[in-house]
Amino acid sequence: MSTRITEIWVGLFVAGGIAALFMLAMKVSNLSTYKSDQGYDVTAYFEDISGLKVRSAVTMSGVRIGRVKEIVFDKNRLSARVTMEIEGEYDTLPDDSSASIYTAGLLGEKYIGLEPGAGSSDCEELSLDDSGEIKLDEKAGDCKPNNLKQGSEIKLTQDSLVLEKLIGQFISKFLSEDDKKEDTKK
Amino acid sequence: MLNQLQIIGHKSLNFFQRLGRGHILIFDVLKGIASLLPRPRLVVQQLYSVGVLSLIIIVVSGFFVGMVMGLQGYNTLVDFGAEESLGVMVALSLVRELGPVVTALLFAGRAGSALTAEIGLMKATEQLSAMEMMAVDPIRRVLSPRFVAGFISMPLLAAMFSAVGVLGGFFVGVGLLGVDDGAYWSQMQASVDIYDDIYNGVIKSLVFGFVVTWIAIFEGYDAIPTSEGVSRATTRTVVHSSLAVLGLDFILTALMFN
Amino acid sequence: MDDKNTLVKVRNLKFARNDRMIFDGVDLDIQRGKVTVIMGPSGTGKTTLLRLIGRQIRPLEGTIEVDGEEVTTLSHRGLYELRKRMGMLFQNGALLTDLNVFDNIAYPLREHTNLSEELIRTLVIMKLQAVGLRGARDLMPAELSGGMARRVALARAIALDPMMIMYDEPFTGQDPISMGVLVRLIRNLNDALGLTSIVVSHDIEEASSIADYIYLLSGGKVVAHGTTEDLANSDSEWAQQFMNGKPDGPVPFHFQAAPYASDLNID
Repeated sequence: MSTRITEIWVGLFVAGGIAALFMLAMKVSNLSTYKSDQGYDVTAYFEDISGLKVRSAVTMSGVRIGRVKEIVFDKNRLSARVTMEIEGEYDTLPDDSSASIYTAGLLGEKYIGLEPGAGSSDCEELSLDDSGEIKLDEKAGDCKPNNLKQGSEIKLTQDSLVLEKLIGQFISKFLSEDDKKEDTKK
Repeated sequence: MLNQLQIIGHKSLNFFQRLGRGHILIFDVLKGIASLLPRPRLVVQQLYSVGVLSLIIIVVSGFFVGMVMGLQGYNTLVDFGAEESLGVMVALSLVRELGPVVTALLFAGRAGSALTAEIGLMKATEQLSAMEMMAVDPIRRVLSPRFVAGFISMPLLAAMFSAVGVLGGFFVGVGLLGVDDGAYWSQMQASVDIYDDIYNGVIKSLVFGFVVTWIAIFEGYDAIPTSEGVSRATTRTVVHSSLAVLGLDFILTALMFN
Repeated sequence: MDDKNTLVKVRNLKFARNDRMIFDGVDLDIQRGKVTVIMGPSGTGKTTLLRLIGRQIRPLEGTIEVDGEEVTTLSHRGLYELRKRMGMLFQNGALLTDLNVFDNIAYPLREHTNLSEELIRTLVIMKLQAVGLRGARDLMPAELSGGMARRVALARAIALDPMMIMYDEPFTGQDPISMGVLVRLIRNLNDALGLTSIVVSHDIEEASSIADYIYLLSGGKVVAHGTTEDLANSDSEWAQQFMNGKPDGPVPFHFQAAPYASDLNID
């Protein structure tokens, strides 16, 4: 076998291997859904995050818009602080959006679902006008609604639904109702 | 009784001696890699015999394994109405486990045994001694290029195995069993993580490449220079590297996906 | 003996393999420009001696000096520099099986010099001409007969113009014609290139026909040494037995065993 043919084969081999790696990265994995790391971080506090993990999805209307970057326990507030990285292109999320922890399917992975709020802004002012009616002032000029940005905190949160807690509540409620019934019979 | 104790002691001393020799050898081999920089052709030649010649068995096995995964996965998933997740199942099992592990096992059988036999025969026919007497260090000229080639080839082969396997699963699942084309890919993309799965899979195959090639060249270099010695060394290469791959796979999986 | 003319000086050499003493205090002097033959019965470690001189293995005790350098304590780099000036012909040639004849001979040149391909070609063809195999340059080692393989290996051994060549059993298993060719080649190359040759052999006739000096080894010791004539006329029983090929003598015909009668249960 001449050296040239050997070298061509080796070249093809290496190129094929790299192409396969590339296919695994782009076609099979979620690399293509990773946008540039121009994202921004927002935080939220949850009483119970059980099941949520770093790199879990952050979605809005079911579309993935970011991922969980860090989960730590805040010893001052005695709750879990979750830092989410939202992709840079979604920069118009109202700052009064709420975050909930959901489960994909009945037993699937946990993820954070964001729901947009009504939107607040500094430029709106409620005031009483001369006739005593409440009036909404809209200041002209650079009047934009406030959006979530780097370092914002999402204040409205709803905890993870823990199945065993739910069942526990259900059973205790059931039992207490039985007790009441027996009481009334007497 | 005393005699048996003596035998056990002797055997364990031999074991530790070989373990030590193996580590000294890999140290020398790694040191020799620097001397390959002006002679990349030595590595290219070995990439051919280690990598290219293993290509067919890897690609064909990858395709069949992918097809079997597609078939088995479909039959299981369809009971739960979850056949849309077939792509996820095929891709995750291939990228995380089967790709690196099966490739390493096939590599040990195809390329590892060939390396051991080649080096062992070179020793038996005094070619290694002749090189030494020509003031050419056989570790640098013979072992280091083979080691580098094995180390590079393994992740490339494993990637091809996984990629072809995913296509095999696609062929059976989408082409023959009627899973939705879009669901196959999109569910896969949603669940396979570039870091958690692909990157860790590549790390695994790099580790396997290191260990399998190391065992292969050590067994060859350490073989008793007779035809029986070489044949025994070849068998040992396949057995030891298969065991090492499966054992390491457990440790690596525990470390990575925990 | 004159120290300046001594290329290899071995003193009190001791070496053991698996608790068996192979050498037990061997002293040798190899003269520059001479063909020195080391003879002895099979299993006396003649090949081991060559490996010790090239330091492929290390002795238990003793010193080996080659061209003024102490081989046993030489650094890795120094050893490789010294080996460039040593050639060794292995029993079966030990050609690199994945290279053809031409590339085999060019191998040490390509490894150790920066000569142009053209110059290497010229040198290789000259070496091939010296061993009479210029026409075989494109053959692979597997296509060569045993004698041809040894001649190619010889061409390779002289490729770097060494100061000495060590021959490990060059005559074993050769037909009379290739044996004659090798005998002539060893003598001619030695004289033409001003080499020093060490030949390990047990073929008395061929070896003594080219030997300037002979060492007889037995039982891990030098039992006799001298020129061919010295040994032939020597009173030493060792020399007599070996030179004349007698089956019994100081080297016993029988391997060490219990008395014959008791082994046969005859009392």
